[in-house]
Amino acid sequence: MSENILEVHDLVKHYPVTQGVVFKKTVGQVKAVDGVSFGLRAGETLGVVGESGCGKSTLARVLMNLEKPTAGSVVYKGQDISTLSGGALRRLRRQIQLVMQDPYTSLNPRMTVGDLLGEPFEIHPEVAPKGSRRAKVRELLDLVGLNPEHINRYPHQFSGGQRQRIGIARALALKPEIIVCDEPVSALDVSIQAQVMNLLEQLQAEFGLSYVFIAHDLSVVRHLSNRVAVMYLGKIVEIGTEDEIYERPTHPYTQALLSAVPVPDPTQRNNKTIIRLTGDVPSPISPPSGCRFRTRCWKAQDLCAEQVPLLEIRRDSDHPSACHFAERREIVATNEA
Amino acid sequence: MSDILVSEQSAPGPGGSGRPSGRLLEVDDLRVEFRTRDGVAKVINGVTYHVDAGETLAVLGESGSGKSVTAQTIMGILDTPPGFVTGGQVRFHGKDMLGMSAEERRRIRGEGIAMIFQDALSALNPVFTVGFQIAEQFRVRRGMGRAEAKKRAIEMLDQVKIPNAKGRFNNYPHQFSGGMRQRAMIAMSLALDPEVLIADEPTTALDVTVQAQIMDLLAELQRERQMGMILITHDLGVVADVADRIAVMYAGRIVEEADVYDLYAKPAHPYTIGLIDSIPRLDEKGQQLRTIKGLPPNLMNIPPGCPFNPRCPMAQPVCREKVPPLLQVGTARASACHFAEELVNRV
Repeated sequence: MSENILEVHDLVKHYPVTQGVVFKKTVGQVKAVDGVSFGLRAGETLGVVGESGCGKSTLARVLMNLEKPTAGSVVYKGQDISTLSGGALRRLRRQIQLVMQDPYTSLNPRMTVGDLLGEPFEIHPEVAPKGSRRAKVRELLDLVGLNPEHINRYPHQFSGGQRQRIGIARALALKPEIIVCDEPVSALDVSIQAQVMNLLEQLQAEFGLSYVFIAHDLSVVRHLSNRVAVMYLGKIVEIGTEDEIYERPTHPYTQALLSAVPVPDPTQRNNKTIIRLTGDVPSPISPPSGCRFRTRCWKAQDLCAEQVPLLEIRRDSDHPSACHFAERREIVATNEA
Repeated sequence: MSDILVSEQSAPGPGGSGRPSGRLLEVDDLRVEFRTRDGVAKVINGVTYHVDAGETLAVLGESGSGKSVTAQTIMGILDTPPGFVTGGQVRFHGKDMLGMSAEERRRIRGEGIAMIFQDALSALNPVFTVGFQIAEQFRVRRGMGRAEAKKRAIEMLDQVKIPNAKGRFNNYPHQFSGGMRQRAMIAMSLALDPEVLIADEPTTALDVTVQAQIMDLLAELQRERQMGMILITHDLGVVADVADRIAVMYAGRIVEEADVYDLYAKPAHPYTIGLIDSIPRLDEKGQQLRTIKGLPPNLMNIPPGCPFNPRCPMAQPVCREKVPPLLQVGTARASACHFAEELVNRV
């Protein structure tokens, strides 16, 4: 594949925790994203998986420049997007778009679909001159599999899956290069989820889009992604191709996560080893020293408390893993039985 | 586990068949509708299923299929209005609960049948401690004193593996993490030793690693107590791991019922086939997903004939005219499809 169109270097986003009403003082930091680096290549899908609170949605917000990073940079085609403002920022926004999880709340209930999809053109009139906008909106509706006749309907007249299609159409309106999808199918029923996933794939093939696909469902991420990053407590613990992460995971967290996913096949009930993690994810306000996963890890040694493991290729693995003791382990049940 | 109660879904009229059987809990030809300003939504249209001691029945369906409303009707917590039971029976130990007095039903709740919900944070009362809410049942229903009730509540918290149960007794629900709250709710629902536990999407709001912990816990407690369990879910993965039997619901009807192994090996209804085909698999990359075209029907205007016919790839003229009854196919399964025999006998 080609070179990176988006590069993220040591991205950090901390939110202050304050106390007091009049004299606010900062008593701590929520370390939502704490040193994340990766590259996104043109035309690929990078999956980001992790459990709630691991910082994946904050990452989406920083990538979109909806939040300024505390440190680090997001570089789009050689330009650090967090330093942009005014017209330069607006031009950049055309290129990176967002699809949100909840199609019920991300669409304004008082606007018709025509207005919702026409709005991007008001902000970026250079994309479509005024006269041609209605036609453009109809084109978009057709593209995402909705009936162009429904241009005057309101969001509540659509089902959840249809609303998510509207969200996707809106992201596509300005012909972006990158779409950040934050849990785009998790609110949908299985049969509808498959339709939307197929649509995303089809649009990618047609327009050469790059996706950052954020989700908690490991099966969905595997299906759509070329490469996958696994996050835990604000850090990427393992990153690699879809095959490397799912077939040859080396980080204990990735292994535990994969083993816990129920496989829809009752004959696999007794021939898979499930790694049971104990306890909960620690607070991102005071993450554990050294490796953040050590409090739940069955392999933890003294070293893990002292030294933060770097995300690098290690002896026993072919892709970067942030574990001092990274090694392969058979996880995903196969059909050999 | 093997024999399936089959009833003619198309058989009209309220009251159910009323024939006695040795079942622990039976739902018989249940019909529920919601009367709203916009019209009458037929949410449950003749649902029949049962659960026996020690077995797990999974009720599988997408949103709007009526799986949760059936459970609410069993528990007697259906919001009326707008919900009205228009026919059928819910029998517990052979006695119809829908005809019982409020007092009789109250006695069954908790001791006979208990329920856990998807969202533990809103199911627990935020202004009382978790310990108090569990102990309350022992005091009200068992007439225990404060100290003894507390002791029993701590035992319950211990049984659901909440670490430091004694110290946690005085915590409020918001001080618990999502997984712990779900454990606390399980403790609460099992406090009076129910014979049947209804679990309505118990792990949907949880992360996968926590989901695995909770499903393990439920399976263990069920084994120990020989409870019957109705697991309501949309997740085909969870079902494959824990269910004995599965009932698949669509538009307020059961469209297929089978043993878990049979159902996954050879689904006998086009809807089930579509569902299984449309989930992405963790253990293989796979090509484009096969999907079920279209949308679930509007319950105020269910299409004539088989409710699935507008989305069904095998639909024939007969499917638009006649509602297929849920009939036995093969030895121990049932399907509500006119072409069920062909589906089961396909290679």
